[in-house]
Order: sequence, then C-alpha cells, then structure tokens
Amino acid sequence: MTTLHTDPQLPDPRLPDPRLTGTFCILEADGTPRQPVLIPKDPSTLLRMYRAMRRARIFDERALVLQRQGRLGVYPLFGGMEATQVGAVLALHTPHDWLAPTYRGTGCALAYGLPMHKVILSWRAHPDGSRLDPDSHLLPFYTPIANQLPHATGIALAEKRLAQREGREPRVALAFVGDGGTSEGDFHVGLNFAAVFKVPAIFVIENNGWAISTPTSSQTAATTLASRGEGYGMPAVRVDGNDLLAMRHVTAEAVTRARRGEGPTLIEAITYRVLPHTSSDDPARYRDSAEADEWRENRDPGMRLRTYLTGRGLWSDAQEETMISAVDAELQRELELADAAPGIRPWELLEHVFETPTPEMREQQDELRALHSGDLHPGDLHPGVRA
Amino acid sequence: MTAVAVKTMTMVQAVQDALATALTADDRVMLFGQDVGMGGVFRASDGLRERFGEERVFDTPLSEAGIVGMGIGLALAGMRPVAEIQFAGFLYPALEQMGVQLGRYRQRSQGRYTVPMVIRAPYGGGIHSPELHSESPEGLVAALPGIKVVVPSTPADARGLLLSAIEDPDPVMFFESIKLYRSVRGTVDGGVGTGAVPLGKARIARPGSDCTVLCYGGMVEVCLTAAQAAAEAGIEVEVIDLRSLVPLDLETIGESVTRTGRVVIVHEAARRMGFGAELSAQIAERFLPSLHAPILRVAGWDAPYPPFTSEEAAYRPDARRVALAIRKVLDF
Repeated sequence: MTTLHTDPQLPDPRLPDPRLTGTFCILEADGTPRQPVLIPKDPSTLLRMYRAMRRARIFDERALVLQRQGRLGVYPLFGGMEATQVGAVLALHTPHDWLAPTYRGTGCALAYGLPMHKVILSWRAHPDGSRLDPDSHLLPFYTPIANQLPHATGIALAEKRLAQREGREPRVALAFVGDGGTSEGDFHVGLNFAAVFKVPAIFVIENNGWAISTPTSSQTAATTLASRGEGYGMPAVRVDGNDLLAMRHVTAEAVTRARRGEGPTLIEAITYRVLPHTSSDDPARYRDSAEADEWRENRDPGMRLRTYLTGRGLWSDAQEETMISAVDAELQRELELADAAPGIRPWELLEHVFETPTPEMREQQDELRALHSGDLHPGDLHPGVRA
Repeated sequence: MTAVAVKTMTMVQAVQDALATALTADDRVMLFGQDVGMGGVFRASDGLRERFGEERVFDTPLSEAGIVGMGIGLALAGMRPVAEIQFAGFLYPALEQMGVQLGRYRQRSQGRYTVPMVIRAPYGGGIHSPELHSESPEGLVAALPGIKVVVPSTPADARGLLLSAIEDPDPVMFFESIKLYRSVRGTVDGGVGTGAVPLGKARIARPGSDCTVLCYGGMVEVCLTAAQAAAEAGIEVEVIDLRSLVPLDLETIGESVTRTGRVVIVHEAARRMGFGAELSAQIAERFLPSLHAPILRVAGWDAPYPPFTSEEAAYRPDARRVALAIRKVLDF
C-alpha cells in the first residue's frame, strides 16, 4: 500500500486550489502521465472507463435540461465530479459489492448499473424509481447526510461474518459522503465503528469545496479531511478526484485491503462542485466564479483523460461524437420507459411501510382510495395540488 | 432443540431466555450494545457471549447512533440484529437513525430493503435511578412511521413478544420495564418454537364491566392494584394490557370501551403528547357515542422525570392516582 499515507501537508498556495496539495494523481490535469506505470495497459479497459465517466456526465447535463422542462424534480448536479464517483465505483465488483451513494450520487449509481429510467423516476419521486433490483446491492438515494456511513459499516460487518462462516472473501461496502457530511456525527460514528470492527468498507469523501454555500474551510480547521483517518486508526489517502485513473486505482487498492481482511480505508477525493448545488441553487449569490471557472476550464475530468487517450491515438473527435449520440439515444429510450411508468396510486403510500399494513393503515388506504378515484399521472410532480 | 420446559422466571430471565432461544434458532441473530458482551447492566445477555461466541454477542463503542445505525446495516445485509440501548433515556442520540432511516428503508426501496431489527431498551422508573435512567419515550418512537413498538408486562409476554419481535420482518422497538425486571416472576414456556406471543394483540389482564383501564408495561401491575381496590368498593374494572402500541389492537379496545363506556389511560411518560393522547383520540373518533364520561389520562407530569429522590413517587403514576381517576369517570 505504497500510495496510502496520512501525512498532513501544509496547503500549497501556488496550486490552483490549495486543497490539491499532496494528492495522489496518475494523470496530470493536462493529460500528461505523472505515474505512467499505473496506467492500465489494456486500451479497451481505458476506453471502457472513459465511456462510463462520460456517459454519467452527459446524463447530468441532459438532466438539468429535463428539469428545466419540468420533466424532473429538483435535481442535485454532480457534473465535474464524475471522475470521483465513477472512478471509485469502477473498482467494485458490481452488482456483487455494496454501494451507498449520497443524494448527489447519480454518477455513482449509473456507474454501478442503475438504469437511467430508474434515476429519472427517482428524481420524479415515482415509486418505480426506488423499486431496486433485488440482485443488486445498491442502496437508494436519500436526503439525510452521512447516515449511510454507519449503514455501510453494518453491512460490511455482516459481510465479514458471512464470509468467515462460508470461508470466502467478503463483499465490500463503498460509501460516499461530502465534505459537509464530515461534520455530522454519523461520519465519526460510521468510521469509528468500521475501524473498531475492522470491516471491509471503503469511505470516500467527495471534497468538492462546498456544502451549498459553505466552503470546506468553514467545515473544519484541520488541514485535510483525510487526517481524520489517523484518529480512527484507519489508513487514509488524498486523491486528485478529477483523475479517473487515480480514483479507480486508489479505490481498487482499498477494495483489495478490505477483501483481505485488513479493514476499512478512508479516501479524500479533491474535486470541485463547478455547478450549482441543485437545479434550484444560484452560486453567484455566494461565491466568486473565478475558482469554478478554473476548475471547469483547466481541470475537467473528461478532458484530462480524453487528451491522454487522443495523444495515444486511442480516441478521436469522431468517436466522441458517436459516443455522445449513443448516450443520447440511450437516454431517449430510457426517458420513454420512464414516461411509460404507471400512474401513481396514492394508497400505495401505505403499502411498503410494514410488510403487512396494520388495520389502521388499511383504513387509511380506503380513505385514500375514496379521495382519489383515478391514478395520478407520473409526470405530475405535485400530485397533492391536483387532488 | 424442541424441549419444552415450563419454568418460573423473572422478567429479565425471560428476556435472556428469549435471546438465547433466538440465537439458537437462527444464526442470523446478533446481539450487541454497550456492555452486552459481559452480560449487560441488567444481565439480560448474561452468559450469551460465552455460549454463542463474540462474533454474535458483542460490545460496541459508546454511541447509540452507531448501535442503531450499524444495526440497520447488519439488517440490510441479511442479519437479524438485536441491539440493546442501555437505558431508554439514552435513545435520544439514536433518534436520528430511527426517525430518518430505520422505518423508511422498506418504502424508500419499495420492499427491496427491509430492516428486521429489534432495539431493546429498559424503560420507565420505580427504582430511584439517576437522571435519564427512568425515561418512557415510547410515544416518541410510536410517532415514527415504520417502527413497531412493543411493551411487555409479564415474564411470559417478555419472552413471547421478544421472540415474535425478532422474527418480525420490520423494525421493532422493545421496551422492558426496569421496575418489573426482577420484581415479578411468572411461568414461562421454554424451548425453541414455543411460547411466541403475536404482536398487535392486547391482553385482558383483568375482566370487568364498569370501566376500561388501558395500560402497558410497568403500569399494568399498578392498574391491577387499583382495580383490586375498586373491586373492594364494588366497581368492576377491566384492565387491558396493550402489549403493543404499534400495531394497536383497536378491536379489543373497542370491544371493551363500548361495553364499559368509561376509559382511563395510564402511562409513565409525560401526559402531553404521550401515547395516551393517541389512544384518547382513537377512542373519541371511533367510540364516542358509547362513552358515558370523558376519557381521563393518568400519566407522568409535563416535567422531566426526577432523578433519585422521593419526588419519583409523586411523578410516577401509582394505584391511588389510578383509583381516583376511575372514581372520577364513574361519578361523572
């Protein structure tokens, strides 16, 4: 584990963003290899990874358009952070391993294998969006911050016990949290329990610089968030989160440690939320656009890998165009699937609270049936208003 | 393991017996919490780590949020976690996980993920404990969607309801009266596969025709004492031990209330927004035409539960206060 370290280094003011000080990186921001030996040899592997990352980003860009058209509810954007999300998830064995994304984790879920129409339905708050594949181990998106870290720890403890009983390697659990989320009690709880029970879990902090309008410097007085690892007795590593290859490499090492029974790892991915917090947010109210522009123009994760691939003759503008068209065609098909989802039957609200609704809940279902004679349309984001 | 042994046990022994029975019957069952490994402060897990191994019966770091949060994860991955919160007053740090996670996973995933988890906590007063060691937060938990709430009052029910709670496909909060842990003894069916008591079925602890007293957990013996005193004055009180608050046995409640026309509700938790408020509203909504008197609540006062002192006797409902309320609804 040569790449894992916990050395806090003083921020280097010469860097475009001092948070990048001492981060692990394979490809420089301009696509130059810093650690050529760590670049996957097989071109098809590189291209598969690049396509997965670009597909997520293209989805995110289209999602904002859909939201503006009223075809999606409030949507938390992740564009610009796709290397962090996709890179880490590419290190998993899906759908065998567990993934706990944040609410901003659409890129994670797409890379894991959640079909686009499920993502669309999720952000339409249609129940079919959360009807997850029973064979996958992807947790649903949810709003509360950092709660998924103790869950990932519990899942990983269960997997450790099952693996011990069955004499095999465990499934691992990969959980995400934002820089703001590290201030929550459950960040501490999840990581402390994980280290004490030495579970096969990987925790990724998506340090994108902002918790809505609060900068990371207002979340912590510590030089780095990775330094928390030492306090838990857990190895930690800081990564350039816009370097897909670095994210995948570091996460894969953590997955290997986890499978071998060596315990959890903390990964701090330095990235930037170049976009608004959600489709309803306006960052001009609280930050200077220069920093976001710098990240958008000079540190874009897609451009970094594309420049490298193009330089090696593995990728062309024509291939890029073909890929974009293919993602758009996929999105079109998936949108049609989402639009074809059945109407919402309000009494189903009480269907999945308990396995068997209580008699009182049955009565409430009857009340709802009487109030709503017909189905509500899936495109109606505020069914209550129409009722 | 089908041996059936009828034994006389205290309530805490019955809890321990249920835990041992569940650990024997199902290797997915795991027990954990603060000091659970050494047997727990009330000895509910006495000897279980030695018997079932530290991989299934173990201590956790001191964090209720972590105990419940990690338990949710264990359940998501297919285990049957049984978490102990050392005292119900210590539930507050876990309330975030309970309110925003525990009861929501099933709906959030449309049934893909379920959390068949039990959280046990000693609750209530009566033993002159320090601050926060006598709390009754059952109403708080019952207000959260997706969580069942169970409160036994006898050793047989403690064992039988706990077995059902552990087998239940949904999260169950299981409150055990501290006062009753060692003060009551009763006969209990032992062995795997016997003695389970279904959730959602109330028990008529004493039949009567003049007034219905609704209670649960540590208040049942108090109400039975009051009912005995009333009987000596010629008043026949029906004492209903609810056993579970969620689901609530409105059928048994309705049958009794429509017959007696008079209702007294008793709990240790503070009156305002206590579970009695829900019971009272349910009865008023459904059975008002049958009532001959206002529904009265005998409960803790709207003040924090007092630590240690003799003020506890003034705070915790006793048979005298219950008897006064019975008299009041009969005289209306």
